[in-house]
Amino acid sequence: MADWVEPAVRQGRTSFMNDPKVRSIVLQVVALVLVIVLGWMFIDNAKENLAAQKIATGFGFLENTAGFGISQTLISYSETSTYGRAFAVGILNTLLVAVIGIFFATIIGFLVGIGRLSKNFVIRLISTCYVELLRNLPPLFQILFWYLAVLSAMPNPRQSISIFGEAYISNRGIVVPRPLFGEGTGLVLWTFGFAVLATVLIGAWGRQRREETGRGFPTLWIGLGLIIGLPLIAMIVTGFPITFEKPELKGFNFAGGMRVVPEFVALTVGLATYTAAFIAENVRAGITSVSHGQTEAANSLGLRSGYTMRLVVIPQAMRVIIPPLTSQYLNLTKNSSLAVAIGYPDLVAVFAGTTLNQTGQAIEIIAITMGVYLVISIITSVIMNAYNKRVALVER
Amino acid sequence: MKRLLSTLALAGAFGLAAAGAQAAKLDQVKAKGFIQCGVSQGLPGFSNPDDKGNWTGLDVDFCRAVAAAVFGDATKVKFTPLSAKDRFTALQSGDIDILSRNTTWTISRDTSLGLNFTGVTYYDGQGFMIRKDKKVNSALELAGASVCTQTGTTTEQNVADFFRANNMQYEVIAFATADETIKAYDAGRCDVYTTDRSGLAAERLKLTNPDDHIVLPEIISKEPLGPVVSHGDDQWFDIVKWVLFAQVNAEELGVSSKNLDEQLKSTNPEIKRLVGTEGKFGEGLGIGNDWVVNIVKLVGNYGEMYDRNVGPDTPLKLARGTNALWTKGGLQYAPPIR
Amino acid sequence: MSLTFDDGTFIRSEMQTPLPPPGRNVGAIGWMRENLFSSITNTVLTLAGIALVVWILPPLLRFLFIDAVWTGNNRDACLGAEVGACWPFIKAKFAQLIYGFYPADQRWRVNLVFLIGAVLLVPLLVLSWPHKRLNSFLFFVAYPILAFILLTGGNISASNFLLGHFGLLRAVAGDAAVAGLQFGFWLDFVITAALCVAVAYLIGRLAAGSGRGAATMTAYVFAGFGILTFLWDVDFGLERVETRQWGGLLVTLVIAVTGIVTSMPLGIALALGRRSKMPIVRLLSVIFIEFWRGVPLITVLFFATYMLPLFLPVGVNPDGLLRALVGVALFTAAYIAEVVRGGLQAIPKGQYEGAMAMGLTWSQMMRLIILPQALTLVIPSIVNSFISLFKDTTLVLIVSIFDFLGQLRAAFTDPNWATPVTLYTGFAFAGIVYFLFCFGMSRYSLFVERRLNTSHRH
Repeated sequence: MADWVEPAVRQGRTSFMNDPKVRSIVLQVVALVLVIVLGWMFIDNAKENLAAQKIATGFGFLENTAGFGISQTLISYSETSTYGRAFAVGILNTLLVAVIGIFFATIIGFLVGIGRLSKNFVIRLISTCYVELLRNLPPLFQILFWYLAVLSAMPNPRQSISIFGEAYISNRGIVVPRPLFGEGTGLVLWTFGFAVLATVLIGAWGRQRREETGRGFPTLWIGLGLIIGLPLIAMIVTGFPITFEKPELKGFNFAGGMRVVPEFVALTVGLATYTAAFIAENVRAGITSVSHGQTEAANSLGLRSGYTMRLVVIPQAMRVIIPPLTSQYLNLTKNSSLAVAIGYPDLVAVFAGTTLNQTGQAIEIIAITMGVYLVISIITSVIMNAYNKRVALVER
Repeated sequence: MKRLLSTLALAGAFGLAAAGAQAAKLDQVKAKGFIQCGVSQGLPGFSNPDDKGNWTGLDVDFCRAVAAAVFGDATKVKFTPLSAKDRFTALQSGDIDILSRNTTWTISRDTSLGLNFTGVTYYDGQGFMIRKDKKVNSALELAGASVCTQTGTTTEQNVADFFRANNMQYEVIAFATADETIKAYDAGRCDVYTTDRSGLAAERLKLTNPDDHIVLPEIISKEPLGPVVSHGDDQWFDIVKWVLFAQVNAEELGVSSKNLDEQLKSTNPEIKRLVGTEGKFGEGLGIGNDWVVNIVKLVGNYGEMYDRNVGPDTPLKLARGTNALWTKGGLQYAPPIR
Repeated sequence: MSLTFDDGTFIRSEMQTPLPPPGRNVGAIGWMRENLFSSITNTVLTLAGIALVVWILPPLLRFLFIDAVWTGNNRDACLGAEVGACWPFIKAKFAQLIYGFYPADQRWRVNLVFLIGAVLLVPLLVLSWPHKRLNSFLFFVAYPILAFILLTGGNISASNFLLGHFGLLRAVAGDAAVAGLQFGFWLDFVITAALCVAVAYLIGRLAAGSGRGAATMTAYVFAGFGILTFLWDVDFGLERVETRQWGGLLVTLVIAVTGIVTSMPLGIALALGRRSKMPIVRLLSVIFIEFWRGVPLITVLFFATYMLPLFLPVGVNPDGLLRALVGVALFTAAYIAEVVRGGLQAIPKGQYEGAMAMGLTWSQMMRLIILPQALTLVIPSIVNSFISLFKDTTLVLIVSIFDFLGQLRAAFTDPNWATPVTLYTGFAFAGIVYFLFCFGMSRYSLFVERRLNTSHRH
């Protein structure tokens, strides 16, 4: 009997300490305590440091006058605006680069990705070279190259390259005529909107008809006619309310017109071409993931290779392409912070650069800056997860 | 256990941090045998390395003068290139003994950063540079211009104030570093480049064709540049302060590296006190009585140092102007050695 | 089969040899017809492609080689109308591009570090080379310590620092009494070590019945740490070279290698944490990983440069390069963690169950069964992360650390070499260097992927 009791007691004792549950609780408590202690140490040190260096705290500085200029602003801003306003200008500039960059990166990426699988040797070679070269050079290097090397080859405003006397390219950027909206613009815009809506509806109807009857409908041409024709008629009726302000060389720079600063051009081109190389690889992976039988089946149905690509392969490949594609979009958005190196006033340059240097409130400013990017990331991943769920339901 | 863990966690992070300084700076410097001097990462005329890493410039020569005074050997100095952001922490942490990096003397730096400015080696102010072919003669004609400037400096705010005060439109393009700024200006991205006027003269040399550019006459701010030491060591503060004063006094009394041997025999009591043949002023500082002799012999007086690095005969071509001696209508004035 | 033809003239008894295909379907012409000119669109694409190549390639070759200037001492050599790359510019700036401001008479130390690194790395990369374990230890543990001592000069009085900030005796004796006293540190160190070993023994005893394992483990940690501190503090007679004087390719490689070496263990720990069944550990890991992955590296570098010093005790100012290294390591670790997690998820459940059935503890299971398989699976992804890391090292120039690209940009402003082609020459050179590194790594990752594919999957 004693033999029975002894192990039981021991087992009880060791099992208490060796119990995975108890152990895991102990471990977690230790981890939590460590993190809290470390965090508390940091906060304590930060308080002491801030006091020693006489740095202000709190977010009151956002109300103070910024006192510095910004070269590209999407909303009205002057030196007398507040730091908060400068922050908004920075975010908008970041988003602008991100949106335009994503647009071009997607187009180039898909073209190059499909090109890498082309039967045409020359196209395949060029696509491969593009991907290998751009993927293996640092993005900052590429942006600096676009900015410094290409900018220095541009002429000064007085010798700028004229495009039909309407737009000009110089080392100050690209200037295009700015539309001025006179009276009656509303009607033109309304008809334009109506034409777009009508085209969408016609497109939907045309697709339905094709699926039901097998007969196509020239949506493209009719749509184009509507979108161009209707506003044109409205313009004639209202007596051409939209006029264009031509850029003119005045003093140092072009006055009037809309100007795209070279920093923006360099950054967008650099980011779009760099990200496109990665998108191309994602597209290629997506297309190769579609089983070859699908292509063969489409071919045996008599579809031409363009149609096979557009109607059979790409829709199936999209399921594989979209998740990495979103993360590339996110990368592009994050890489837009390289703007600080070439003087484009994005969020990091305006806020974490100039504002930080002027106010010295590193903790608040860097926390806000990181927070903005985190919010963008989180929103993207939420949308991504929702999309993944939808796609998963559709899956066979 | 906590101690162990925190030790392990943080030891790596602190590995390279410097240990606190206890002994007097002068003794420390003498013990290690050289002066560690913080300079810029490359500004012609003030502190600039050549392809082989040899440093030249006014700020560099000043550190050499301190080395000459302390060791009687102007080569016993090592240079640490520092970015604008890094310079004060390097001094506070004791990584460098002197900061001689075209640093503007302001009240906030002097007080809340815990630093001591020892004097003014160069009286400066913010100015504008522009291409000659723009045919502009005054900063007041700059309405509508694109201005290149460095971000995070007072320059950026000064220029905003200037244009606003004069009711002129402008476009500012701010870069993170001086190199980027001057490169963009050279590429024609902006019409005007603005920074301290000494900086303009120095950065001008980095342009493809320096002769195509002029500096406009307007000065829109006060920028007294000088060497800095950290709070808490008065003896070291005094030494660095008086090295500059000695150089200025030497120029005022006509003592230069060329006529030093004759001046040593001078009967003028002021010169005798300066070169140490009368009085024991060097000992008062804790260094040899021949300290001024060493400074002048190995580096030269203030005027020689100025002319050699930034003066009219150098590529920078900066006239003495406000940096002339007080006896010649400038601002350079040193308390007497007596 | 009754039909027979005696004379045999009517039916062929053997196959006729097929005619060769028409000339335009075989050989070079056939290949071109098939691949380049099969349709109008294809022909247009081909011609456009060829035009693009012709437009880019010859001028590029002319610039790089034919029109290039190979000798000269200053800009005069490279001025002129039809001048290509200005290679003397690179030659003049070469030392700065590699070493930065590292003192000229000390550069042999950098060369030695490069050489030892290469000697250790090559056998590590050749998959069939034996002694991987020893080699890894040398490269990942011994080499960083050696490189640190060689590059900085060692003798950094870490013991004084540790004593000043963490020493037990500090509380007893006060700062001034023990500062500068080596003996004080070691005394303190031994006492701390003994205490910790005792505590570990007690905990081990209570928890598992035997404290020997825990005690030896703790003792090893302290011994390693002691050796490290000792090595850092020994005066090898090397001149001290501050990291501010480092620059060029040296800094690029230091950041890349440190990032790789430190982010691996951290990343694996985070991945295990994220896969853990303990909710708090998992939550902390997820927050850490997603935070660093959600922000751009520049903000991380800003964080390390401006915010980190505020979080440390007053008066502690870590070295600028070190701050950047901490930022880069944390950032990379988050990415590595996700890669490793992918590997862990790819391991079939049976492997875990098998290991548990064998009675292995969690750490044994991970160390012996799961991690070796998971890590092998994700080697290509890890190498890709390292390529990203290598490219990202350029970002440190934004916080005023002169890496290879930063040094190049500084060289652009030298008036002695200010010519219209200087920029393009510099970009061409830097582009080639970066490309060689990144392309080399990506080829290696492909090679490993193929090797592992054949041995594992099919």
